Amino acid sequence: MYGWIWRHLPGPTASKAALALVLVLAVVALLLFVVFPWVEPRLPFNDVTVDR
Amino acid sequence: MTDARRELELDQTQRIARVPAVPPPRRPAPIPAAEDDATGDLGAEPRRRRPRAPRWRAAMHGAGELLVTVGLVALLFVGYEVYVTDLLNGRQQDQLSQQIHERWADAGPVPTALAPMTVAPAVGQPLAVLHLPRLGADYQRVVLEGTAEEQLADGPGHYVGTALPGQPGNLALAGHRVGKGSPFLELDRLRPGDPIVVETAQGWYVYRVLGDRRTGDVTTDPSGIPGQQIVRPTDVSVISPVPGGPATAAPAGSYLTLTTCHPRYSARQRLIVHAVLDGAGISKADAPDGPPALQER
Repeated sequence: MYGWIWRHLPGPTASKAALALVLVLAVVALLLFVVFPWVEPRLPFNDVTVDR
Repeated sequence: MTDARRELELDQTQRIARVPAVPPPRRPAPIPAAEDDATGDLGAEPRRRRPRAPRWRAAMHGAGELLVTVGLVALLFVGYEVYVTDLLNGRQQDQLSQQIHERWADAGPVPTALAPMTVAPAVGQPLAVLHLPRLGADYQRVVLEGTAEEQLADGPGHYVGTALPGQPGNLALAGHRVGKGSPFLELDRLRPGDPIVVETAQGWYVYRVLGDRRTGDVTTDPSGIPGQQIVRPTDVSVISPVPGGPATAAPAGSYLTLTTCHPRYSARQRLIVHAVLDGAGISKADAPDGPPALQER
């Protein structure tokens, strides 16, 4: 998977590295600000209330 | 001109002629072409090897990458829960603090005779400010009405229907232990007699953590209501009007109860802290900077 992506990034190694970094940051941002906030309330380990 | 044009035309025709001229040698002679490929393969063997790796090896490689990715995402999630939500919550609390102080300022001058709150704000609205001097002189959190995750993500939440600050009954608050600003992370550090100060528009209410003050044992109290206990998540009696009593009992005394998860990083149990109102509320007209209990350490 990562090899495939690396081979398909255009340009010399420097530009490939820069693009890869941008891709990684984009994925991290997507996880932090979209995926995790959505997933979190559905997970059970954050309950702090007592209820019936 | 004409020569040049002819040359051009010639050039063009030559070029066009070359294009179909390329495939014909390959078409009639597929075998040498295949040989060419084979020799090319041999010539660039190390480069061509990878795609020709056995299928199981490619599958294992892919599975390995997938597992590493899942591990990294899980780690990132832990970092998000423990650190990033704290950052986001800090911003939320700043906004809420500004909002509640503006609201209090709009309510006009504070009367000297303090009247307890009688009407709870709508769910999701700020209710009061909680001070825990034991956890730091600057420890203050805006408490919201409601204990759904939307409210708890912003700050401690007030169980709907439980007593309001200063009222008889049990003022019950829930808060996150780890992440979301971790308001109740160190709730287990509270000792018998520690002040828990609730600030409203008009005044201050000082509650004292129950427990045996002579021995410092927070889990027992002469009144029978412990200062601290660990219960099952379904034990709702801790937020009853009289903690530990029936849910429909008439209020007898003004209590405050804090609930959070226990142990840290888990939601298997609940850590509960009970406190009782210490004297009457203090009007902000008398103590604009708060009661002396705020300075207790």
